[in-house]
Amino acid sequence: MDNIAGSKSSLGWAVNISVVLLVALWVFPTFGLLVSSFRTADQIVGSGWWASMFPSEQTERFRASDPDENRVQNGDLFVVEGNIFEENGGGGDIQSWGTSSRAVDAYQPGDVADLGDGETFSVDADGNYTWSGNEEQISGRGQRAFVTAVSPPEFTTENYVNIMTSGNDTDNMAKAFFNTLTVTIPATIIPIVVAAFAAYALAWMDFPGRAILIACVVGLLVVPLQLALIPLLKLHVGIGIGKGYLGVWLAHTGFGLPLAIYLLRNYMVGLPRDIIENAKVDGATDFQIFTKIILPLSFPALASFAIFQFLWTWNDLLVAKVFLIDATGQTTVMTDQIVNLLGTRGGNWEILATAAFVSIAVPLCVFFAMQKYLVRGLLAGSVK
Amino acid sequence: MDAALLGLTTIIVGVGGCIFYFYFSNVVLDKVIFPAEGPDAGRNINRANMVRPWLFLFPAMFALGLYLAYPVFETLRLSLTDRDQGGAFVGLANYNQMFAEPKFWEALRNNLLWLIVVPAASTAFGLLAAQLTDRIKWGAAAKSLIFMPMAISFVGAGVIFKLVYEARPADQSQIGVLNAVWLQFDGGFGSFLLLQALPALILLSFAGIVAYVGWIFVQPIANSRERGGGAGFVPLRLFVGVAALYLVYLSLSSLVGIFTFTYPYGEPQTWLTIPFWNSFFLMVVLIWIQTGFAMVILSAALRGIPEETIEAAIIDGANPFQIFFKIKVPQIMGTIVVVWTTITIVVLKVFDIVFAMTNGQWETQVLANYMYDKMFRANDWGVGSASAIIIMLLVTPILVWNVYNARKEMK
Repeated sequence: MDNIAGSKSSLGWAVNISVVLLVALWVFPTFGLLVSSFRTADQIVGSGWWASMFPSEQTERFRASDPDENRVQNGDLFVVEGNIFEENGGGGDIQSWGTSSRAVDAYQPGDVADLGDGETFSVDADGNYTWSGNEEQISGRGQRAFVTAVSPPEFTTENYVNIMTSGNDTDNMAKAFFNTLTVTIPATIIPIVVAAFAAYALAWMDFPGRAILIACVVGLLVVPLQLALIPLLKLHVGIGIGKGYLGVWLAHTGFGLPLAIYLLRNYMVGLPRDIIENAKVDGATDFQIFTKIILPLSFPALASFAIFQFLWTWNDLLVAKVFLIDATGQTTVMTDQIVNLLGTRGGNWEILATAAFVSIAVPLCVFFAMQKYLVRGLLAGSVK
Repeated sequence: MDAALLGLTTIIVGVGGCIFYFYFSNVVLDKVIFPAEGPDAGRNINRANMVRPWLFLFPAMFALGLYLAYPVFETLRLSLTDRDQGGAFVGLANYNQMFAEPKFWEALRNNLLWLIVVPAASTAFGLLAAQLTDRIKWGAAAKSLIFMPMAISFVGAGVIFKLVYEARPADQSQIGVLNAVWLQFDGGFGSFLLLQALPALILLSFAGIVAYVGWIFVQPIANSRERGGGAGFVPLRLFVGVAALYLVYLSLSSLVGIFTFTYPYGEPQTWLTIPFWNSFFLMVVLIWIQTGFAMVILSAALRGIPEETIEAAIIDGANPFQIFFKIKVPQIMGTIVVVWTTITIVVLKVFDIVFAMTNGQWETQVLANYMYDKMFRANDWGVGSASAIIIMLLVTPILVWNVYNARKEMK
């Protein structure tokens, strides 16, 4: 189609570049957090995460180890040997070094620096140094050395280990992870069952008031759940459920139902009429038609809604805060814990980034695995 | 794990209970109440079929009524009563109290700002992404990456963007991307081009588009005067015209602001504490999330456009931009409206982003967060409910519109 006008060749590269830029812009923030979650606290504070992708060149000051303790007599000379990285931390490939702050790159690795009166100092590429001289020279404080080293990108999974096994209650995400899972699974499954029967009735059974009920469901789709918070909390406390899992499951079920009924009804109404009428002629009851024919055929719609509801309950903060999390904080979910971490650990990006990624990882996996159904559900839910 | 066991039990009880209910209520109906045998068999079958839909519907209708319909009325009632006086009816006192609070007006103003910017930007980006990705080979992969933020929670997105906006003292290395980029600007020609000329261009084109849309709305009134014909919705048209005029004035005055403002070059900025502009930095988060949604829906709509219309335009010599704006966009206008209203609903309920990133400090308050503040921090159910009712009022036009469309479609 585009070839007819011959516009493809002239605009093709511009389109490609624009899409690359757009995608980069959209992925960049998430990628930054992912990279940060694999860096140590010092690395995160020391440089931007984008710098960690490349080998970094750093010049640092070292000191040879204490000569009075470590020197070894070798004939007339005293020698101190060691490795600057092992003694001072750090690492990398040494590019150049020097003994004075005014000329930090005076020597190549392996060179021997003459410090006068027979005193010498040398550093090789791996950081091994040799410092030799007479008894007086090799005493007092260790020789200074300025070393410029290139260190490769360095990543660690330590943050994840810390955050899942930390003894500190506010940092530990393992419990919050399981709490979130506990909230999510029943809150995803129960509304599907309830909604499927109602959707079947609204799609394939004839009764007075059907149109009005469908209109009601469409209306309830957009009712802000903010309105439901206080009345329902009062109700839950009134009938003795209080704050807890049962309350949050019920609330999620109620809030998820309009979308579930709407999506499933729209899908079921499109199923071929012949199948259902044939089954009726053969003497099948509505219950049998529903379980044996409609449910298996509606699998794509069921999957769509399941993904929606899963993402929504997993990512939810408000409903959990109102209906689940009590004063003891034992039932905290991940979103709530991250918000708390933002308050108490605002600057500790290694904890924040890792905690956020633990909570993001599961929905992202579900998203990429089931994207087809998600898109289908979105289209059925909005375009109609 | 205690909770896990409880969860498993709930699934079994919940799902089992539902199936048990549906199965046995059907059995009872068919075998006990209206048995399909004996002298009244035919009449009983008919009766059973009249009752059955309600058996299927009952659990869902009960849950919907209890969890969504009843709270609307209960919240309305609560907003007219005072909890401290034992729930006594106080008329509009809560509303008066709320209207007297500057924080409420700040929240309302910010919400309106969100309502204009986020749906517009998300839809525009979504349309752009949909149109561009439809034309290239790796479009599906690109789409799925732009769509990805949909799976990320608002809280997670908040953390992601807090890192982007992170500011550190000038003598340390910046770890937030935005500040690292900001410090590259030094007030030279490049800075002028990117920070003054480009925004000015965007503002000018925005003013142009708004003026054009306003003119389209107002024009029929002028025409009808001349010809004496009727132009419908005169108040609405006038309102849109006035609103457009105001927006044009606003963008032209900020145009002057861009050139008179002295930028603090070389100083790292704490983006989320700059009044007024910080709201925009929060909106970016929601735009980032919602663009994927808009893209997916609009891309499907673009594919649904009949190819003949486009081929005809190409043969008539239309260039790609003309094809896009004059052939494609008008044909998917209905879908654009749907996307716009859906995102509007999301914006009205936006809570987590503000709660996690600024908690309404530095003049970033929005209605949903204001309501949460009132209900659960100040424990003032009256004012909290009143603000929830305001959110409901803002949603109502869309609710009516959706119901109207759904009914039209079913006929």
